[in-house]
Amino acid sequence: MGTGVDRTAVKGDEADWTSAMLALRDRQDREAFAALFRHFAPRVKAFLMKGGASAPQAEEVTQDVMATLWNKAHLFDPTRASVATWIFTIARNRRIDAIRRTRRPEPEDLPWGPEPEPDQAEVMALQQETERLGQALAQLPEKQRELIERAYFGELTHSEIAHETGLPLGTIKSRLRLALDRLRHELKR
Amino acid sequence: MTQDTINHHLTEDLLADYATGVLDEAFALAVATHVSLCDECRARLGALEALGGSVLETAGAVAMDEGSLDAVFARIAGGPGDTKPRRSAGVLPAPLQDYVGGDLAAVRWRPVGMGVRQAILRTCGTGRARLLYIPAGVAVPDHGHNGRELTLVLQGAFRDEDGRFARGDVECADEAVEHTPVAELGEDCICLAVTDAPLKFRRLIHKVAQPFLRI
Repeated sequence: MGTGVDRTAVKGDEADWTSAMLALRDRQDREAFAALFRHFAPRVKAFLMKGGASAPQAEEVTQDVMATLWNKAHLFDPTRASVATWIFTIARNRRIDAIRRTRRPEPEDLPWGPEPEPDQAEVMALQQETERLGQALAQLPEKQRELIERAYFGELTHSEIAHETGLPLGTIKSRLRLALDRLRHELKR
Repeated sequence: MTQDTINHHLTEDLLADYATGVLDEAFALAVATHVSLCDECRARLGALEALGGSVLETAGAVAMDEGSLDAVFARIAGGPGDTKPRRSAGVLPAPLQDYVGGDLAAVRWRPVGMGVRQAILRTCGTGRARLLYIPAGVAVPDHGHNGRELTLVLQGAFRDEDGRFARGDVECADEAVEHTPVAELGEDCICLAVTDAPLKFRRLIHKVAQPFLRI
């Protein structure tokens, strides 16, 4: 399993992934989709395997996640979510549907859809916040970062994280909180 | 439909477990329903999901099989999907309508006594989700539960020791909380109630309320 992914590689790429996603959304651009696939599919597969899926199962579900990315591209709003976040939510939902085999109640969509021409300043602001959040995560002590990763792989509940470290959750999250609060503010507008 | 008058929100535990995908289905239904009505919690959820995006970016990569991209192109050969935005104009937000099979008219109520009605929703897992219909002015029967209890108002309003709860407000109670919700006069109250264990109505005859005429 490739654990040697450069944790700083995210920086600078966000804008490219957003452009690729918009090319997919607006023109069904197959080259853009292929680029997104090459970057994100191996990450989704790793994400699913770390959550307990076998390699063939993770391969199958990842293909399904990427097909869903294509099919739901018209709902992508770059002022509300980064491409990585968007793909994470699809992968999480497919993990529940396909691997855990339970239903996944989802919130209804906002009354307004994505803007055809998203405000560039808003898109940039979200990208910067997302990068800062990634940096905050990378700067956490190793043990705390691992716990947060395990939570997102679906291994731990929020209260189990606190139990495992013996720390109040607020302490673990203190460094993330500022980044999250900023992002929340951006998203709320 | 979103609104800006919601005063009672989801706990961080519930939102985080929903964001990471480990929340029990019945509770996830309540979270999805509240988020459908509450922009504040939608933004909080968005921030937690953004953290999931960061984890996805940085937590490793495993090579896809040979020919995988072509296989995906074959799957999407039919062109872009027709996935439409999901949205409800009715009393029940879209995620609840998925479980009920429609809006309020489709709910299969069963009388519990004294005008109170309930409809249990089919979910997997340990939680139990039900819709409760409480006539205006009636107190909810005393009910025992061992763990968490969520009560999300969909129509009307109730009051208890923690204040007033109207459409979109959610009360997150654990076993330590003792409360006697009373539906306000004026409009019948409809709630989504989710509990860890099957809810046991006790002393129904005594507790299903007399109308509360002094509010």
